[in-house]
Amino acid sequence: MDRKEILTELKKVLAPYTESKEMLDGINEDTDLIKDLKINSANLVDIIIDAEAQYNIEIDFDAAEKMYNVGNCIDVISEKINKLA
Amino acid sequence: MGNRVVITGLGVVSPNGLNIPDFLHAIQNGVSGIRFIPEYEDLKFNCQVSGVPEFEWDDLRNYITETSLYGLKGKGIAYGIKAALDAWMDAGNEIVAEDTLWETGCVFGSSVADTDVIKNAITRVDARESKKLGSRVVEQIMNSGVTAYISGRLGLGNKIINNSAACATGTQSILMGYEYIKFGMAKRMVVGSCEYVDRYVFGGFDSMRVLSRKFNDEPERASRPMSASAGGFVPGSGAGALVLEDLDFALARGAKIYGELLGGSTNSGGQRNGGSMTAPGPEGVIKCIREAIANSNINANDIDLVSGHLTATIADKMEIKNWVQALGRNGDDFPMVNSLKSMVGHSLSAAGSIETVAAVLQLKHNFVHANLNLEDPIPEILDIIGANNLPVIKVDKEINTVAKANFGFGDVNSCLIISKYKTTDG
Repeated sequence: MDRKEILTELKKVLAPYTESKEMLDGINEDTDLIKDLKINSANLVDIIIDAEAQYNIEIDFDAAEKMYNVGNCIDVISEKINKLA
Repeated sequence: MGNRVVITGLGVVSPNGLNIPDFLHAIQNGVSGIRFIPEYEDLKFNCQVSGVPEFEWDDLRNYITETSLYGLKGKGIAYGIKAALDAWMDAGNEIVAEDTLWETGCVFGSSVADTDVIKNAITRVDARESKKLGSRVVEQIMNSGVTAYISGRLGLGNKIINNSAACATGTQSILMGYEYIKFGMAKRMVVGSCEYVDRYVFGGFDSMRVLSRKFNDEPERASRPMSASAGGFVPGSGAGALVLEDLDFALARGAKIYGELLGGSTNSGGQRNGGSMTAPGPEGVIKCIREAIANSNINANDIDLVSGHLTATIADKMEIKNWVQALGRNGDDFPMVNSLKSMVGHSLSAAGSIETVAAVLQLKHNFVHANLNLEDPIPEILDIIGANNLPVIKVDKEINTVAKANFGFGDVNSCLIISKYKTTDG
């Protein structure tokens, strides 16, 4: 799965947690989850739980801490997926 | 003396109506909200009927944000949010305030946090999957979940309190809000209570053998307060909410006024002299009602309607006896008395607030709702009060003052006195 495909999937994961639907449509790798998408910081754990289920991966504490913008999320997810492969 | 406190908004989620117009129609026409619950038959409960609001999660869509609604699983909280926000809007307010409303607070009660949410947590944790619980569990298993959702949505900045006093919870929450306004600590309070009776809470009561079990095939006949053929109460779910305001604050913003909360009392019989964990002691009950009357500066003869606790258990006849003694009125001189539980069952913590909403509507629209299923009043009740005071059909009648009381496990009592708002002091 390439970065573009991951981003498309990630949009679906993020959707329930943001009120900024227009912003979500236009996300890119620099989009910040909290500042741009106005996601409640407490919900980041829910996004991680949903991402784990979506990609069938495990995201540990250290990796989760890096996931604050879309690019970082894709980094972590693609790394975990590639480990599985 | 303190400030005068008026009622400016009402909201309800009841088994027989999900909003004020539907609820008003239901109580005027004696519409029952009691239904057969197939799951309860499967669970081998003795009582297989319940009062369940016909609530859908989608009903909350315009009340809270999409992100907040996503992940909300607690139905008691959901009922509470809907009732409270409906009351808020009924009082002429917008849902979303820009800034914190420091003069407005919330007292909203409940008896148990949502056990469906707790069950999910127990199941996950025991399966060593606590990692998958996510961020939304704690806020829904804390007792103050309902007040946290309501106050957060409305931006309330005064006292935010979740109270709990079993079946006296709802009337107690209203009284607490009243006192904060009366004594100048708040200008406006959103008050009420909620209850979601799930299978576990229901099972506990079922095992106590205090629930109605003989009318499973005729659900609408199952809740029979004051009836000789009553065999226990019917648990129900829902929420009721009121907006209480300092009179001057309400007048200044041109609010419509349903009525005035004149006063009330909450106490306990101390589980002595006939009072116990499960039974209200007569002394405490009588003292509570008399204190409510005294605090309201009225005479017992002013009361036109008694909205009783009256659950349809063996306690009903003792309750009427207590009212007779507390008011010093009997026979045909006793006020009209009714029990909303005949239509919606007993929604535990929510009972007091839903019944207070019903009391305010009867006051405003000048009627006394029917006691359903009262075909055979308990003879001992008819020995002390007149049959005409137990209406079995709606009675249109000017209602100026209502006494509303509830009595809960732990021997806790609460009584409110509500009257029409009169501009002259009195």
